[in-house]
Amino acid sequence: MALLVLWEIASRSGTIPQRTLAAPSAVLTTMFQMIASGELPGNLAVSALRVISGLAIGVTAGLILALVSGLSRAGEVTVDPLMQIKRTIPTLALTPLFIVWFGIGETPKIALIAFASIFPIYLNLYSGIRAVDVRLIEGARSFGLSRFELIWHVILPGALPSLLVGLRYSLSVAILVLVVAEQINASAGLGYLINNARDFMRTDIIVVCLMVYAVLGLGADWLVRIIEQRALVWRPSNVAS
Amino acid sequence: MDARLSFQADRHPADRGQNSLRAVPEPIVRLTNFTRAFGDNVIISDLDLEIGKGEFVVLLGRSGSGKTTLLRTLAGLDDATGQSVRIPGSRAVVFQDARLLPWKKVWRNVALGLRGLTGLVRDKAERALHEVGLGHRLDAWPLTLSGGEAQRVALARALVREPELLLLDEPFSALDALTRLKMHELTLALWQAHRPAVLMVTHDVDEAIALADRVLVLDQGRIVTQERITAPRGERSDVARGLRQRLLSALGSGAEHASVIPFRQSHEAFA
Ligand SMILES: Nc1ncnc2c1ncn2[C@@H]1O[C@H](COP(=O)(O)OP(=O)(O)OP(=O)(O)O)[C@@H](O)[C@H]1O
Ligand SMILES: [Mg+2]
Repeated sequence: MALLVLWEIASRSGTIPQRTLAAPSAVLTTMFQMIASGELPGNLAVSALRVISGLAIGVTAGLILALVSGLSRAGEVTVDPLMQIKRTIPTLALTPLFIVWFGIGETPKIALIAFASIFPIYLNLYSGIRAVDVRLIEGARSFGLSRFELIWHVILPGALPSLLVGLRYSLSVAILVLVVAEQINASAGLGYLINNARDFMRTDIIVVCLMVYAVLGLGADWLVRIIEQRALVWRPSNVAS
Repeated sequence: MDARLSFQADRHPADRGQNSLRAVPEPIVRLTNFTRAFGDNVIISDLDLEIGKGEFVVLLGRSGSGKTTLLRTLAGLDDATGQSVRIPGSRAVVFQDARLLPWKKVWRNVALGLRGLTGLVRDKAERALHEVGLGHRLDAWPLTLSGGEAQRVALARALVREPELLLLDEPFSALDALTRLKMHELTLALWQAHRPAVLMVTHDVDEAIALADRVLVLDQGRIVTQERITAPRGERSDVARGLRQRLLSALGSGAEHASVIPFRQSHEAFA
């Protein structure tokens, strides 16, 4: 709070020039204008759609791959080495390749987000499945559960906490990649707003967009927390509250 | 003595005395020449065992003597192909750690793997939980139970299947003495009501004497002693003294201490 006041005073007095960083009051005014004009909600929706589609694809793929390699020996042998190789490639380094493959429309952006969000899900769910207490599995097996029942009642619930950790990582990676991917010749979205603002040296707009990115990140975290509280009610820490 | 048993006795003439103790009406478990090894490490060798219908057998043995290994075979958890192992189809196990699924409410743990309509299954599970005195914790999460309560849920989960063979692996060893006595009463009451054959593993000689129809001592991969107790439960104080002596000596108490390095020696080494 004190920082905000200091920032405001510095801007007013001219210590921080407008083109370096806009004053908080200017940022707020700009934000309300952008909301009122529909500029911010419209572009935010475009960005959100990119994250959501990318995540949907990435999380689904990560889930399937982790289930295949976590639950079957053959799957482990085929899928896991591929995923380990994939892990060594930084996603953002693939940007040029994706542009060549998918052009400069929505596809490469969504593809990058999807690609980046596969791995946290895969790694966490896979190791979660592997780490399910063998004694619980054995106990359940002694009651004559079928393989499917074993997976459904024991292995998947046991791996759920790890999956949620993976989901949290995936969400933050997705937003990170979104920021970079939107620098690719976008004609809408938060990244487009930032690029435009840069060209006109509108630091107020840039700050507004940064704030929105931060809110997106916080929102994603909050979402996973809610899911965790619902899905993991059995944990003593959750039971107590 | 019937033909089958005399046949067995003929194969192990030296064991004749023990085999007569093993004369069991209608055995529902029968292991013949059972052997189990991990690599070169032979844990159980040439073991013969029969358990009769509704019989309460307690298995004693030193740590590492292979009790759990034997119990796992009877539970059908270990592959025993190529061996002469006969076990009934309906079995249930209570492990030393209750092994409840923490993400399922207590009654769902009891109902695990039961087939049928949800309402009927829930009724059954509830009845079993009432039987073990946990009717008020039906919807509790397992991680909020005390050790004794968790063990009672495990007992309910085993009994709800109406098993012919109930296997208990040191089920009460983590409980305090008083709770353990209560659990003994409960176990006996449930056993008398449902009459499964029971094989219970324990370290506690007094527990064995209080509960068993027959006590076995496992050592070096064989059953070295069997004691059949005919005195009714609760009136065993007369026989208990002698029994305890015999069982403890069969357990070879003291034999291990030869290899223990006294603590003080290593202490002096630092001085
Ligand atoms: N899967 C396994 N692989 C290798 N060795 C094993 C395995 N399971 C058991 N053993 C060995 O077999 C021996 C007997 O083990 P077991 O668990 O049956 O002992 P126990 O009589 O139940 O002992 P305790 O009273 O301490 O529970 C031990 O020496 C153990 O190390
Ligand atoms: Mg054991």
